Amino acid sequence: MQFGVFSVSDVTTDPTTGRTPSEAERIQAIVRIAEKVEEVGLDVFALGEHHNPPFFSSSPTTTLAYVAARTTRLQLSTATTLITTNDPVKIAEDYAMLQHLAGGRVDLMMGRGNTGPVYPWFGQDIRNGIPLAVENYALLRRLWDSDVVDWSGRFRTPLQGFTSTPRPLDGVAPFVWHGSIRSPQIAEQAAYYGDGFFSNHIFWPKEHTQRMVEFYRQRFEHHGHGSADQAIVGLGGQVFVRRNSQDAVAEFRPYFDEAPVYGHGPSLEEFSRETPLTVGSPQQVIERTLGFRDYVGDYQRQLFLIDHAGLPLKTVLEQLDLLGEEVVPVLRREFAALKPAHVPDAPTHASRVAARRAAEQTTPEATPEEVSA
Amino acid sequence: MTTRTLAVVSAGLSTPSSTRLLADRLAAATVAALRERGEDATVEVVELREHARDLADAFVTGFPNAALRAAVETVTGADAVLAVTPVFTASYSGLFKSFVDVLEEDALTGKPVLLAATAGTARHSLVLEHAMRPLFSFLRAVTVPTAVFAASEDWAGGDGGELGRRITRAAGELADVVTGRPASARPADPFADVPSFEDLLRGQA
Repeated sequence: MQFGVFSVSDVTTDPTTGRTPSEAERIQAIVRIAEKVEEVGLDVFALGEHHNPPFFSSSPTTTLAYVAARTTRLQLSTATTLITTNDPVKIAEDYAMLQHLAGGRVDLMMGRGNTGPVYPWFGQDIRNGIPLAVENYALLRRLWDSDVVDWSGRFRTPLQGFTSTPRPLDGVAPFVWHGSIRSPQIAEQAAYYGDGFFSNHIFWPKEHTQRMVEFYRQRFEHHGHGSADQAIVGLGGQVFVRRNSQDAVAEFRPYFDEAPVYGHGPSLEEFSRETPLTVGSPQQVIERTLGFRDYVGDYQRQLFLIDHAGLPLKTVLEQLDLLGEEVVPVLRREFAALKPAHVPDAPTHASRVAARRAAEQTTPEATPEEVSA
Repeated sequence: MTTRTLAVVSAGLSTPSSTRLLADRLAAATVAALRERGEDATVEVVELREHARDLADAFVTGFPNAALRAAVETVTGADAVLAVTPVFTASYSGLFKSFVDVLEEDALTGKPVLLAATAGTARHSLVLEHAMRPLFSFLRAVTVPTAVFAASEDWAGGDGGELGRRITRAAGELADVVTGRPASARPADPFADVPSFEDLLRGQA
C-alpha cells in the first residue's frame, strides 16, 4: 500500500501569528515538503492545480518536474488535474514529458474543478462539467494509447493525423485516478477504463465515501477489469499528530477554527466525529486510518492533507517526521497483514510495463492470425 | 390498513410557539382526515429551533451533520409534509429557508405539501402565496390549494371558527392527495440511474 501527502497549495495566513507567507515562500516550502515525504519513507506526493488566489499551483508539471529532479524514489501525482478546462492535448504532452523526466514515477488524478469562474476563463462552462470530463478524457486516452489520432468532438478543434509527443515512456501511459466527491458518473468513468478511483474523503461523512467506492467497485467488476475487491481505490485523510493527544488538539485548534474550508462552523470535536479528521497521538491516527478499511475494503493509496490552513513549514515537517517514524510503518504492517493475496498493489510504471510485457508474451501468435482473419 | 407518515416542519422559535400550535392542529386534522378515508398515519415533528446550529454548520462545511441528516430524512421519507413558518420581515423565516436550502434539489419532487404560516396580523397572509408557494413550486412539490394562515386574532376564535374550517379543508385536501398515491415514495437513489459509460460516451459529438 502507498502512503503519501497531497497539497491544495493554499497561501493562508497563520492564524496564530497573523503572518501570511509569500507565494515565493510557499513554493519553496512545497518543494521542501515533497523532498521530506521521500526522506521519511513515504511513497507519494500529489499537488493540486488551481487558477485563482489564494492558491499558487497553476502549473503542477513544472513543480513536479523540479521535485522529480531532487528525489529518486518518490511517486509524483496530482490532486487534481483539471480534465474539464485543460486542453487534453496539452495534458497528454505535459504529463508524458514529465513521465520521461521522472523515470516513470508519475501518475495523475483527474478532477473537474468546482470553481465556477475558472471554466469561462478557459473558454468553458461549468454546466458542461461531466460532458467535458467524459470527452476530454476519452481523447486523452487515445492520444496516449494510439500513435496517430484522427478525432473530432464537441469541445475542441478536430485533429487529423496528430501524434502527441513524447510518446509515453516504454509505451505505457501514466496511471490515472479519477477523483470526485459526489458524482457517480465519474466513478462510472473510472470503472469503465479500469482506472483508479480516489475519494477525497476528508470533508464529508464516511457514508458518502463508502457509497461512492462501493459503486465504483461494482462497476469495475461489471466492466470486466477484475473482481470488485481488485478495483484500485485511493483515499484522502486529514491528520494533525503530536506524541501527546492533548498537545495535538491544543496546537491544531486555532488552525481548525480559522480554516478556509470548515472554519467558523462546527467545533474540532464535532467535525472529527462527522469526518475522517483525526487530531491526536500517533496511536489515534493509526487506529482511525485502519478503520477506513472497514467501509471501503482493502485499498491501495492513502494520502494525507497536512500543509493547509496556514500551518508553518516547520510544523508540517514535524508532522512528516511523526508520520514516517511512528504512524506509517505500523499502518504498512497492519494493512499488509489484512490484505488478501488477490488484491493488487497500487499500479506503478514498473508493474504496468511488466504487465504489458506479460500480456504480449502470452498472445504472440494471436495477433497475426487475427489480422489475417 | 395503510399507515402513512406525516412530517411536520415547524420553524417557530418560542416555546411554546403559535407556529407549533398551528402545526399540531394541522397534523391532528390530517390524521383525522386520513382515518375518514380508511388510512392510519403517524406524525413526526421536526422542530427547526433544535437544528439552528446544525444548519449554520451545514452551510460552512457543505454537508448536514448526523442530527440534521436524520431530520432531513424524516422529511424526505414522509408521505406528506406540513410546512409551517412564522412570517419574518415579509417572508418565511431565515431558519425555515435554511432548512429548505440544505435539502437536495429533488428531495421534495412530487411530495404532497401543506403550507401554513403565522404572524401578528393578517396583513402578512399573502406571504403564503407570494413566498411559500413559489418556493415549493421550484422544488416541484405538490402543494394543496388551501394554505393556512393564522394571525394572533385567529386564536381568539372571534371569527366564528374560520381558522378551524380552513384547517379542516386544507387537511382534507392533503389527505385526498396522499390517499391517491403509493405509500412513502423515498427520494430516488442517485446511484440507481447512473447512465452506463457507453451511454455517457454516446452523448458526445
